[in-house]
Amino acid sequence: MRAHESNAQDTQTLDQNTDQNTQAQKRGHDDEDLARERQREFRSYGWGLFLSLVLTLIPFGVAAFVPLPSIAHWIIIGECAVVQIIVHFRFFLHISFSRNTREDLQLILFTVLIITILAGGTLWILFDLYYRMMPGMAP
Amino acid sequence: MTTHTAGASTRHPGLNLGEPHEEAHSANEELVFGFWVFMMSDFIIFGLLFATYVTMLGGTAGGPGPSDLLEMKGAFIETMLLLASSFTFGMASLSLKYHQGTAKLIGWLVVTLLLGLGFIAHELKDFHTMFSEGGYPSRSGYLSAFFSLVPLHGLHVAGACLWMLAIFGQMAVHGIDTQVKTGLTRLAILWHFLDIVWIVIFSLVYLGGLT
Repeated sequence: MRAHESNAQDTQTLDQNTDQNTQAQKRGHDDEDLARERQREFRSYGWGLFLSLVLTLIPFGVAAFVPLPSIAHWIIIGECAVVQIIVHFRFFLHISFSRNTREDLQLILFTVLIITILAGGTLWILFDLYYRMMPGMAP
Repeated sequence: MTTHTAGASTRHPGLNLGEPHEEAHSANEELVFGFWVFMMSDFIIFGLLFATYVTMLGGTAGGPGPSDLLEMKGAFIETMLLLASSFTFGMASLSLKYHQGTAKLIGWLVVTLLLGLGFIAHELKDFHTMFSEGGYPSRSGYLSAFFSLVPLHGLHVAGACLWMLAIFGQMAVHGIDTQVKTGLTRLAILWHFLDIVWIVIFSLVYLGGLT
């Protein structure tokens, strides 16, 4: 009877041991996953910094040192700004196309729509007004 | 970066703290969504101020215009300060997420705070120069538009710096608890967001006005 009990206990301890082992293994995997995720996220910030630097230096450099017609300057500056904004959203704010953050992206797109309507409408109406009534105000 | 490892599901914009911070991570889901909606409304305010600025470009009323007042060097230094602070805040978020020690977290946050304060100081110096050159808000419609747009961004940065000081106070009293973690997650979003607004400011106001 006693032997039987101790036997049962042994099996129990054995079970516990294997449990602990698998848990330790799982923790090991988690640690590895975590380390990999840390690497990945660190690289993400590094890429964000690098790309932003490039996209800042190009427009400043072009504006300061390269003589071009104004319109060419504005196109370069505008394009670099748009790309840099996307870089910031992607690498610093971690907005992506993955399914579970879709709402956040949709909010950004909705905001862009609102800004386009309000700001675009303002510019359209006011510059039309300037053109018709106050030509001196048009820059 | 759509390949998130198991357990570290993405629940909100900004750096997700993930499972090791389960309580803060699940609290963040709602808090950050609300904060994100607020950020988007702030975006609309800035968008309209940008539109106002552009419509007032011609309204200098014989006073100084963008090419007389704005300096590229100052804008460049401010851009670099803000970009560096965005990166260091990212490093702070990573040290929070991966438990790399309180010293490291506070170190990165202090560097971020100093860069933010450096930005504000430099911007105030620029405004001071503009004032002494006759570029004060009541001079013309153009300058009113300028001073409602650019200093509003500066005010946001100052507010973010104050918020960070408040979080330092929370840390000193309560340690790094859930409140501090969720606060830092939201502050990080505000900080990165302000850098995005600055991209538009330096492109449209400074570089656009100087070329």
